[in-house]
Amino acid sequence: MKAILEGSHAVAEAVRLVKPEVISAYPITPQTHIVERLAEMVADGVLESEYICVDSEFSALSACLGASAAGSRVYSATSSQGLLFMAEVVFNVAGMRQPIVMSIANRAVSAPLSIWNDQQDSLCLRDSGWIQLYAEDVQETFDLHLLAYKVAEDHRILLPVFVCFDGFIISHTYEPVDIPEEKDVLAYLPPYVPFNKLDADDPLSMGMYATPEYYMEFRYEIDQAMGRALNVIKQAGKEFKEKFGRDYSELVEAYRLDDAEVAIVAMGSVCGTIKDAIDAMRAEGRKVGLLKIRAFRPFPAEDIKKALAGIRKVGVFEKNVSIGSRMKGAVGYEIKDALSDSSVQVISYVAGLGGRDIRIEDIKKMTDAIEAGNGDCFFGLREELI
Amino acid sequence: MADRTLELVDSGHRACGGCGPAFAARLILKGAGERSIVCASTGCMEVFSTPYPQTAWKVPWIHSLFQNTAAVASGVEAALKRQGRDEHVLCICGDGATFDIGILCISGAFERGHNITYICYDNEAYMNTGIQRSGATPFDASTTTSPAGKKSFGNSRPKKDMPQILAAHGAPYVATCSIAYPNDVIKKVERAVNTDGPCYIQIHTPCCTGWGFDGSKTIDLGKLAIETGLWVNYEIVNGKIEKAKKVKRKPVEEYLRVQKRFAHLFKPSVNTEEIAKIQAIADANAEKFGIDLKI
Repeated sequence: MKAILEGSHAVAEAVRLVKPEVISAYPITPQTHIVERLAEMVADGVLESEYICVDSEFSALSACLGASAAGSRVYSATSSQGLLFMAEVVFNVAGMRQPIVMSIANRAVSAPLSIWNDQQDSLCLRDSGWIQLYAEDVQETFDLHLLAYKVAEDHRILLPVFVCFDGFIISHTYEPVDIPEEKDVLAYLPPYVPFNKLDADDPLSMGMYATPEYYMEFRYEIDQAMGRALNVIKQAGKEFKEKFGRDYSELVEAYRLDDAEVAIVAMGSVCGTIKDAIDAMRAEGRKVGLLKIRAFRPFPAEDIKKALAGIRKVGVFEKNVSIGSRMKGAVGYEIKDALSDSSVQVISYVAGLGGRDIRIEDIKKMTDAIEAGNGDCFFGLREELI
Repeated sequence: MADRTLELVDSGHRACGGCGPAFAARLILKGAGERSIVCASTGCMEVFSTPYPQTAWKVPWIHSLFQNTAAVASGVEAALKRQGRDEHVLCICGDGATFDIGILCISGAFERGHNITYICYDNEAYMNTGIQRSGATPFDASTTTSPAGKKSFGNSRPKKDMPQILAAHGAPYVATCSIAYPNDVIKKVERAVNTDGPCYIQIHTPCCTGWGFDGSKTIDLGKLAIETGLWVNYEIVNGKIEKAKKVKRKPVEEYLRVQKRFAHLFKPSVNTEEIAKIQAIADANAEKFGIDLKI
């Protein structure tokens, strides 16, 4: 069924189809419309979940952890300050291998206070052990939620997933969305089968402490599972294509890269703008393409290396800043590392922070800068304010 | 009624000899029974009972973080409800996790009315990290962060009234008890787990290491706290204080003198002024709860 839906409501539709037994979330802009719509669905009996209206994001994810440990499929959503407030639980959930899926409506981090979009919030939790998927538009946001549960709950993985999409730009935008039938979703994502659970008939202890003799191997196992996720996400994406027609069988997506000399690497909604800019530049005869990254964790270094083979210059669009680092953005380092055995130039551009608009003209200017080799800087600053 | 002969917290754990909380854990499970799921906070009990790969717990047990136990329990309870399961959900947390860092999650869980029993084992300081002051530390107790010194008599504030805070949330059943009276602990836990809604139990668990007394005297210390009126065993049922244990009160000095945490009140000479302040706390307790036996 095709529907014109706001991004947040599309996410709520995905959650309705996934049927989590427990939902626990705390309102925060720009995530709020998701949890409001889910509350309506529960109130109307459309969705039969326990909906816990918690006191904070910290409690939201903690309650999800408890429910997941008790054997239920769970769901939460947050943004920005909320994600940082739950950061301690974020690490804990991954360490305890609970396959929780959480929507992140990406938003800048205070101070200064900003409700608008960038990707600082999820990216600063890159080392937490959560899979991180980034969506470009409303349809992809919807689809990645179904895929996320399939990957998280796979017993070879058992890792939690952030489904990231840009706050307002996706969460508050109406787009046509293809909503699959309930039976088809069920065929793709069968009911949750926990690996183990809290159960009086089969007692076990969860979350025990580990001495130096044991700790490292637990962390190693998480990293191994994350490594396995590279292929499991692809398999889940392939199966998704077979069931629903849309292709997520790759963790990166190339756009007009085949004969390109310059590539822009980006994640999220800005990829749409970049594609338009590339079309315009191609019309002017400039050999430029885009590599969109869908999975930031696990990081598909090999796929990126393959996709960018033959490119001369790579510019990374960073909706985050790693303050004090040489390249300024966190994603650029990963790209540089993926291409470390080639002579390709990789430079970062911190852009669009705190919701600053990115237009086709900006992408053209960024392409000029990539070609000139000027980068590792903030892009689009208002010089008069500095 | 739960089978009281069952030992659901096994021997072989790493608690100090004479540990009050370790005894409390056994009593709690005798009251709650084997159809229980325990949610634990970071703290002494978590550390002494679950060094991976060993566990002392014969019931399902989960530890996540220091301050989120009530929220974790909320999730466990919601999941059980949705799955149509019957286990009791218990939180067992120390006083630091309860009075201080975890109060947000507790307040939320109680306000939402989850069917959980939250049990605080109160040893009156952060013992796991080495005896630092908490909101449960009594007036004038010397801890490593509220040390007695030339200008200090130790902790300058009285104990926070957690039972009243949780009763004010509308908890149907709130109780205090002490490991010095084991049957009372078991009975109160049993009542709590069989009461619908969020219940709170605060168990006085003397800590030989943190308070500075011989581990063979743990029960004696618990009794002295009650006999002096510095700890009162009572119940709050639907907001009304009921059944405070009556005693023939002894002077507080008898309780203070046997603990190193109050030793500064007796050196170089007896500090009658400070001890009088502590006596006043006991007197106020006696009046509030009506615990004085009329002879």
